Amino acid sequence: MAHRKKNRNVGIIGIGQTKHSSHREDVNQPEMIHEAVSLALKDANLTMKDIDCVVHGNMELFEMIHQPDMWHTLGTGAFGKDTIRITTGGTVGATICCASDNLVASGMYDIVMAIGFEKQQEGHTTGGITNMADPLWFRKIQAGALTGSAAYDVQREIGVERANRASMTYRIIMDKHAGLNPNAHRSFGLDFSQIDDLIKSSPKLVGDLKLIEMCSQSDGACCVIFACEKKAKELSKNPVWVRDHITKHKEETFTIFGYDKKYPWLRTHKVAAEELFKRNDIKDPFNYFDVFEMYDPATWWAMDWIKDFFGLQGDEHIKLIENHEIMIGGTMPINLSGGVIGSNPIGATAMIRVAEAALQVRGNAGAHQNPTPVKHALASGFGGTMWTVLTMLEKELNW
Amino acid sequence: MGKRIAICGVAQIKNEPAYDHMRFQNMLLECLEPVMEQTKVTFDLDKGIRNIITCSDDVFDARTISDNGVTDVTGAHFRGEEKMAQESINGLGYAMASILSGHDDVILFMGHCKESQGESRRMATNLAYDPFYCRPLGMDFQNVDALQARAYMEKSGVTDNHLAKIVVRSRKNAKMNPYARENKLVDEKEVLNSPMYLDPLRELYVYPVTDWAYAMILCCEERAREFTKKPVWITGYGSCIDRYFLGDRDLSGNFSLKNAAQRAYEKAGIKDPKKDIQVFELSDHAAHQLPMWAEGVGIAEEGKGGKWIDEGGMDKYNVNLSGGQLNGNPLLLGGAARAIECYYQLSGQAGERQVKGAKKAVAQAATGGAGQHQAVLVMEA
Repeated sequence: MAHRKKNRNVGIIGIGQTKHSSHREDVNQPEMIHEAVSLALKDANLTMKDIDCVVHGNMELFEMIHQPDMWHTLGTGAFGKDTIRITTGGTVGATICCASDNLVASGMYDIVMAIGFEKQQEGHTTGGITNMADPLWFRKIQAGALTGSAAYDVQREIGVERANRASMTYRIIMDKHAGLNPNAHRSFGLDFSQIDDLIKSSPKLVGDLKLIEMCSQSDGACCVIFACEKKAKELSKNPVWVRDHITKHKEETFTIFGYDKKYPWLRTHKVAAEELFKRNDIKDPFNYFDVFEMYDPATWWAMDWIKDFFGLQGDEHIKLIENHEIMIGGTMPINLSGGVIGSNPIGATAMIRVAEAALQVRGNAGAHQNPTPVKHALASGFGGTMWTVLTMLEKELNW
Repeated sequence: MGKRIAICGVAQIKNEPAYDHMRFQNMLLECLEPVMEQTKVTFDLDKGIRNIITCSDDVFDARTISDNGVTDVTGAHFRGEEKMAQESINGLGYAMASILSGHDDVILFMGHCKESQGESRRMATNLAYDPFYCRPLGMDFQNVDALQARAYMEKSGVTDNHLAKIVVRSRKNAKMNPYARENKLVDEKEVLNSPMYLDPLRELYVYPVTDWAYAMILCCEERAREFTKKPVWITGYGSCIDRYFLGDRDLSGNFSLKNAAQRAYEKAGIKDPKKDIQVFELSDHAAHQLPMWAEGVGIAEEGKGGKWIDEGGMDKYNVNLSGGQLNGNPLLLGGAARAIECYYQLSGQAGERQVKGAKKAVAQAATGGAGQHQAVLVMEA
């Protein structure tokens, strides 16, 4: 795939993640990472001796640790091993999955362990994100990840009342999914009967983006183990194959206000999905994929993006939400884990999308396992100024 | 012989104490345009650059997601971009993986660091230490290097006179390198009389604060000649990380470098680096690391660094003809600078410092205090 045929196939053979929460005061960073690493090794029935290379990623200024892989060696188990630290933005977790796929497929390493983490409690998340903006031009107008423009766009597209209700329906579906996932940070036990009440009572953050619609900041870590085809088949009964991945970044200016609809400023998701599906010869992605783990930083963006990922027309994406088709057991279950709105340790967040999609393909996600078989899964990452990483996972090696 | 990738073009700006008149975006643009011109590579989504690897650091740039500030000048708008958040040499190792995996054909690899911009490089690297035990002690990459210097000098018979010799030679070599930081030529007496910085390291024993940026075009073997007549090959890469707490490590030893070198040599089919390799570029953040890393990559005998210098080891093995890290590169980018010097040597573009008939070269770089993480690259003409 991609430019040339993949040098060799790569399978996911181990998955581990911590319980995500607002405060993990009982552990420090290496200890928290160690939990995820231990769980992934146990899941894969491996020890550190089997790992050839450790890949690490997060964002330094969230916790103000420079090159944290140095200290984290205590918890990653990387001592004596090849290690690489690669980062992007909120996408970083997905990026290190792509990197691990490349490292294994290249033939340079047989088994690679990828670790994403964040302990947001130890820093100032919104301060950290605001610090991303250019100090001369944009920093004074950036409010972290709080972006109300998507709410405005969707409201303008389908009307304020319908948009508000759809947004809250999406939120409640995520809450119901999070309730089934023991690792999820937030699940309030919300019900659809609360839609009108929540629209009125949830405080507004920016424009019509309300507190309940925004993702959290969490502490948590995720670890995924990748192996070459030969080792994956030897070591695992149910490896999940990484078919392809794509990254699309965008220049740093957001240009939200007054942008021209004809020019796809904020459409990296659409561009990435179209290119990825084209080169993998997937003509009808909506019917091809059985589940989708989407990086959904807020309900409004999530609603808008479903359309971009699957190339839907008109208000099809809104109807999917209104008809609960994105809910567990629906035609396109989205974020059975509860999504980013459920848990958001940023350096791990995009990796959790890949991990949760892989769990669904494996079929042993537990209470939040989709009831119908999952053969093809898609995971998305989002970060920076509208960056996209997409990963395609497969149950069978038959593409 | 294993698989390999090609370096098809390199551009850089001069290493300077401070690029006050340019933002880092501008520094990168000064590299991007010449490397595009050299290779005639395009940003065509089928045939050209579709993925970019960058190298920079959030703390040194004082920006979360530092690659966010360079997506436009590296051409990453609606393209792939991934940031190497370790020493830049690992970006070449990762590029090797991206290309050999089949995922990419052509990669643009760019890095920048304005080390002059921060209040202090020691303040920045102090943040690499855990906030509980090491950070409050004031540990940073430089005073940890000083602790290492004490331990290594004791073990290897390396004296202040040796270190002075290394510094004098580094600056002399750098005079032949048009991209090197312009430092005053010094004699051994001046070096030995320079103020004590971090005992036992004197001011001139340590690399000076430097700003720099570079761009490289990397490509798969099959297509290399579309972009250059004379590709230089990357044939081996290996890395290794040592323990975190200094008390858990042998500070005078080369555990991680030996492993990294062995892994790189194995991939490149190097049996005896002393015979097989003609050029060595080592990241000597402080002078004592030159003989120390020389032991690590296998051209000096273990614990005999002092004797190796006395016997002319540095010139015999063509070590750091560029001036080395010691003459001045940003901390984060020394490895790319080392690899670029190897590229010039292997493609016959090293001018006055050219090693005749150089066929194979080794670049080495370290991340973290006292070389906790080490990486080695083997390159071939």
